[in-house]
Amino acid sequence: MSAAEEALGSDDAVPLSLRGPASTRVVAGYGFWLFLLSDIIIFAALFAAYAVLSGESAGGPTAADLFDKRHVLIETACLLASSVTCGFGSLAVQSGDRTSTYFWMTITFILGATFLSLEVSEFSHMLSIGAGPSRSAFLSAFFTLVGTHGLHVTIGLCWLVVMLLQVATLGFRPMVSRRFFCFGLFWHALDIVWIGVFTIVYLGAHL
Amino acid sequence: MLGRLSWAAIPFDVPVVMIAAGSVGLIIFCVLALVTVKGWWPYLWREWITSVDHKRIGVMYLGLALLMLVRGFSDAMLMRSQLALAAGHAQGYLPPEHYDQIFSAHGTIMIFFVAMPFVIGLMNFVLPLQLGVRDVAFPVLNSIGFWLSAAGVLLVNVSLVVGEFARTGWLAYPPLSEVAYSPGVGVDYYLWSLQISGLGTLLSGINLTTTILKLRAPGMGYRQMPIFCWTALASNLLIVASFPILTATFAMLLLDRYCGFHFFTNDLGGNPMMYINLIWSWGHPEVYILILPAFGVFSEVVATFSGKPLFGRRSMVMATMVICVLSFLVWLHHFFTMGAGADVNAFFGVMTMIIAVPTGVKIFNWLFTLYGGRIRFTVPIYWAVGFMVTFVIGGMTGVLMAIPPADFVLHNSLFLIAHFHNVAIGGVVFGVMAGISYWFPKAFGFTLNERLGKAVFWCWFIGFYLAFMPLYVLGLMGATRRMQHYSNLHWQPLMLVALAGALLILLGIALTGVQLAVSIRQRERNRDLTGDPWNGRTLEWSTPSPPPVWNFSHLPQVDRADAFWAMKQQRGTAQDRNLERTYRAIQVPRNNPTGFFLAFCAVLLGFSLIWRIWWGAGLGLLGAIVVCLIQAWRTDGEIEVPAEKIAAFERLHGPKESAV
Amino acid sequence: MSTEFEAQGVAPGVNVHTHGTRGSYLIGLGYAVVLTLASFWASSTDVIYPPGVPILLGVLAIAQMGIHLVFFLHISSAPDQTNNILALAFGIFVVGLLVFGSMIIMAHLNHNMMPMDKLLQMQR
Repeated sequence: MSAAEEALGSDDAVPLSLRGPASTRVVAGYGFWLFLLSDIIIFAALFAAYAVLSGESAGGPTAADLFDKRHVLIETACLLASSVTCGFGSLAVQSGDRTSTYFWMTITFILGATFLSLEVSEFSHMLSIGAGPSRSAFLSAFFTLVGTHGLHVTIGLCWLVVMLLQVATLGFRPMVSRRFFCFGLFWHALDIVWIGVFTIVYLGAHL
Repeated sequence: MLGRLSWAAIPFDVPVVMIAAGSVGLIIFCVLALVTVKGWWPYLWREWITSVDHKRIGVMYLGLALLMLVRGFSDAMLMRSQLALAAGHAQGYLPPEHYDQIFSAHGTIMIFFVAMPFVIGLMNFVLPLQLGVRDVAFPVLNSIGFWLSAAGVLLVNVSLVVGEFARTGWLAYPPLSEVAYSPGVGVDYYLWSLQISGLGTLLSGINLTTTILKLRAPGMGYRQMPIFCWTALASNLLIVASFPILTATFAMLLLDRYCGFHFFTNDLGGNPMMYINLIWSWGHPEVYILILPAFGVFSEVVATFSGKPLFGRRSMVMATMVICVLSFLVWLHHFFTMGAGADVNAFFGVMTMIIAVPTGVKIFNWLFTLYGGRIRFTVPIYWAVGFMVTFVIGGMTGVLMAIPPADFVLHNSLFLIAHFHNVAIGGVVFGVMAGISYWFPKAFGFTLNERLGKAVFWCWFIGFYLAFMPLYVLGLMGATRRMQHYSNLHWQPLMLVALAGALLILLGIALTGVQLAVSIRQRERNRDLTGDPWNGRTLEWSTPSPPPVWNFSHLPQVDRADAFWAMKQQRGTAQDRNLERTYRAIQVPRNNPTGFFLAFCAVLLGFSLIWRIWWGAGLGLLGAIVVCLIQAWRTDGEIEVPAEKIAAFERLHGPKESAV
Repeated sequence: MSTEFEAQGVAPGVNVHTHGTRGSYLIGLGYAVVLTLASFWASSTDVIYPPGVPILLGVLAIAQMGIHLVFFLHISSAPDQTNNILALAFGIFVVGLLVFGSMIIMAHLNHNMMPMDKLLQMQR
């Protein structure tokens, strides 16, 4: 029993705020939750810039000219599926099942990497036809918003590789389990941001 | 090979810079030599540089801030003396290209590298002690945050010697800050040092918010938490919510400058007004981030030295959280004149006036706390009373400018400068000074010299009024900010009075150094033997001075606000005295060099990016990743302090009768 | 895996029960797929009153974000989640203010600060 519970008798009637310092798991999770919220505010600033500048194509290619819905639908499917497989992987981590963890997290990685390669192909196509970020304010905002999301996905994939190596070398000790848990939060949050991206940037383009 | 870096980057032909750089370089060399000769490096490395103890990190933040106060204030002295001279046909001694860098550096340093570290340092030191816990939520992250701030400081100061600083003011508005109009490295120095230290600040905000919400002593609910913790909570929530906006906005400007993007350029669809909109949606919460902890300090100080509980605790908490929310609803008042129109201006004007109300509530609560109390006129109370007078004046001039038509006359005039210095000095600086003199004995085990402390106060107080009241008048007479020279000779006498005020403040800063030296020499005479030199009310005073690494041998059991005061009332009971003191071993975090090494990599990365040394940047980034990976595999993060050691410590420093 | 109540609340994403949450991910997936397809359909169909399409897309996006929060991140209104909800609410407040506030302010600024040639273009 924690010191708090010793003192207070672990009575459920005692409000949570009075039970003394929280466990490391709770503390780490909440801290990471706050970090995610701060990350989402970065995206909010980029969304705001996109919203303001999306009409400023300076005579160059516009959103309607450039965005292909089928492409985006596949990207969305990949990311959404990877969120679910990440969830299954988290359950495997919680139950300490190594094989299951490797399996589901590898699938998550593959789906995430597919998403990224689709995005990179879209970007390189745009660059090749002269619709790069320095062409207009609209394109600057687009590349930055979508590119920042892609950068986060990339970092997430690298993190996932590191986490799988940690499981291989350190096992499922609390520290590793906490970090996987934070990774899960991160990965789901990226999917939430993507919902905003595909709605506002891609679907909004064709209105 | 070295990007744009060459010997031409060092301004050998500018004597002011060379002398300043030479002197600072000499001082740094002497300090390093002294440390080496005396063999202090192992101690410094073990006890300070790699420490993850919130108390040590708090002190380091405050030391960093004091150092940068001297740097920022020297910029102020340059400006005041230039303006005292440059009237009519006289041109002063600082040409515009140089003067522009000085006022930009002054503002940047004072806000980001003086005020922020002061406030974060105080919160770092005090919060775990007031909350009755052993450390902050993420000790290693705490160290990383501090060292990233130090990295930002280093980059800004290097810009004095290698290259140049930005000439664009402390917020670097485009299009002036775009590559077309600022092709040099100045704006890049500004952007990268702030991105790096901004990351540190954000990490600190996450750390302290989590600490306050998730790590409190048993029985300490939100209603029992000290007011300083509430204001710290509001301030850190604001950091978490607003600093990302700064990061994103600077990133967009960096993309414009480095990669030819068009967010804020004049051409191809860019919109410079968007930068101003975004930067101030960070900028306004930022000033509340600075002032709220100062308000918290005053709540503690006023209650302690009146010998009464704080008047209107609940309304104080409400006012704090209301300010936290409202601070996000006023940002347009910084650009009324940019042209959003009457409807938008009216909304933000009204909101700005409304936000003055909760602050007024706080002032009344402090006054009612003092009223009827047995007031002890110690140095912290001097700062508190000085604050109440000065801040109210500053606040009123703010509300005056909240009215858009008035602001159209006063925007960017010296009236504005006087207003924000009024609230920044009267509020933040006075609050930090009060906090430092209040908590110094807790940190170091002896009190500061009271007479010198009062002298410091009077120098700052009188100096402030002399330096800034003339600026209100000058602003109304039409003088603008950031001017290197003026033609109206009638303004010069007022500028001279302002210079006198600045000199008085300079004396105050010098006396602070003297006070420190004298107090250290007199430390045996002023030893704090009980841990409670002021007859305090909150839990930090229940620990010995200085507290051990583990803060509390037993986590205190709390059941009401002003927990320590309640404990002292009950102390006389036999039950308390006979309490069986059994001690258990305590886990404390081990020292960790991650923060220091990450900061080293950050400086390499930042400097390389500024000078377009791409391989250097790559190396810095790689280094940072390697350091993080090493930390990720560290499994021995904690060390155990055995119960016998704790028992021995308690026998030596255990609870005694309080001093007053 | 302990299921006792944590002091100071539960972190978001924590499963209170180890079994049965596979279901939550699959249910969430189901809803998300439906909402995603609905968004794509709504943006390309002629059936809906055009000025209403952006609002519909917004509603669908918010609904889908909610699905993610509830089924993947396990945010709920339980007392141990209060801190998480408050932090989320504050975050949403700032995001909304930043995005919509910027759009309103910039629209006003752009209108009032319109360069002369664009103003003349508008008048032609």
